[in-house]
Amino acid sequence: MKAAAFDYVRPETLGQALHILSERGDGARILAGGQSLAPALNLRLAMPEVLVDINGLEELRFIAASDDVLRLGALTRHVDLARSEEIAHRCPLLSRAAAQIAHPAIRHRGTLGGSLAQADPAAELPACALALDAVIVASSSGGERRIAARDFFLGLYQTALRPDEVLTSVEISGLSADRIYGFAKLARRQGDFAIIGLALAARRSGRGLVDLRLAFFGVADRPMLAVRAAAALEGKPDATQSMREARAALQADLNPVSDLHASAAMRLHLAGVLLERVLAETLEPLR
Amino acid sequence: MKKRVRMIVNGDPVEAEVAPRQHLADFLRETLGLTGTHIGCEHGICGACSVRLDGAVIRGCLIFAVQADGARVETIEGVSDSGEIADLQAAFAARNALQCGYCTPGMLLTAQELLMQSAAPDREAIREYLSGNYCRCTGYQAIIDAVEATAKARREAKQ
Ligand SMILES: Cc1cc2nc3c(=O)[nH]c(=O)nc-3n(C[C@H](O)[C@H](O)[C@H](O)COP(=O)(O)OP(=O)(O)OC[C@H]3O[C@@H](n4cnc5c(N)ncnc54)[C@H](O)[C@@H]3O)c2cc1C
Ligand code: FES
Ligand code: FES
Repeated sequence: MKAAAFDYVRPETLGQALHILSERGDGARILAGGQSLAPALNLRLAMPEVLVDINGLEELRFIAASDDVLRLGALTRHVDLARSEEIAHRCPLLSRAAAQIAHPAIRHRGTLGGSLAQADPAAELPACALALDAVIVASSSGGERRIAARDFFLGLYQTALRPDEVLTSVEISGLSADRIYGFAKLARRQGDFAIIGLALAARRSGRGLVDLRLAFFGVADRPMLAVRAAAALEGKPDATQSMREARAALQADLNPVSDLHASAAMRLHLAGVLLERVLAETLEPLR
Repeated sequence: MKKRVRMIVNGDPVEAEVAPRQHLADFLRETLGLTGTHIGCEHGICGACSVRLDGAVIRGCLIFAVQADGARVETIEGVSDSGEIADLQAAFAARNALQCGYCTPGMLLTAQELLMQSAAPDREAIREYLSGNYCRCTGYQAIIDAVEATAKARREAKQ
């Protein structure tokens, strides 16, 4: 199908973009990589009056690292996340996750900001943002807001962003040398959205993990932190011993959905499988 | 309201008025007559609409022509006429890696991109790189064969 008619503007500065958004109100829609929005337009699931193309905003295109903080511009494309040496060095979770998103042609266009704003519950990057305790920075003509990832994802395709706000960057801090990550995604075919996936972030402590954060995607209407399962594993020198407890805790942490791709029971089972797999792989280098 | 766009398509400058809602694949086909870019699903799933934009293969149905203002676009006609992928095309023909040919332009452009990045991709890597390009005819094996054979021939030609 073809998109319904819309007007199109391509501002050159963030200031211009924010001005247009505040003038055009609900009729305006931000266009970043277009890899979620263009399908919705072509299927006429979305029919905005005007597209505000932010691809000309060079100020949203950066990868900046200082001390233990990584700042990523909203227009960082999936391919840039997957290929950047800076990111591979500072926060390899993002490199791994981005390489698993869709297919090369989609990774060439899709952006970090677009993926977070889209808030698909089965998407990789929102779960990574949650695992990394990232801060999402948004601007409107009224000023800037900093939103913790845990307060950002509100439900199916729902975020804390207001229609007049542009997500400008993502900040990840606490990237000390003892940080350690794990990642896995299950899908029927390469490049499909996940049936279920897990992003793990922690710090090494002896042979165990502390500050453990387990963010599951594809289980509910938004990415979910498995807090009880993480507590069961926190600081245990031999996490495999605590695995039974952790898997049981997943029942309380996650309330998986049933859909065409998998039943709730299958998802809960797979969550346990992934937890065991990712944990074993993450702990392997500490043995 | 229509917008004026300028871009370089297969090396030639092009200027046109486009409706913002027209995606790039439709623009190439209908305004420029470059019908080698195919249209399947129009929502990013099949890869039939693959074209190069500023050097990277993208979905022609997920970008509007108005967004390509100032860009360099290459289609299957361009890479075919320049001879860039003549060996890959010959390998596709030799292995029967196409039947109806609907997916072929997208397959060729995507496979060529992989071969430019990686001299010796194994079958798994080829499958992964082509995973976003659907073929309803061949069952993929012959396509993987052709890409693998081209990689090998190019390596041998270099030595
Ligand atoms: C075939 C296919 C398979 C895919 N598979 C996966 C997958 O496995 N995993 C995955 O995670 N994704 C997948 N995607 C989606 C892809 O990752 C998108 O790139 C991503 O979801 C959206 O990013 P975008 O930059 O393309 O955003 P757009 O499509 O441009 O925008 C998406 C939404 O976010 C809003 N928005 C965009 N940028 C901003 C901003 N800076 N501030 C405020 N609002 C903004 C837009 O208004 C729109 O509502 C797939 C897409 C396709 C077509
Ligand atoms: S027509 Fe573009 S991906 Fe199918
Ligand atoms: S040859 Fe017919 S779809 Fe691939």
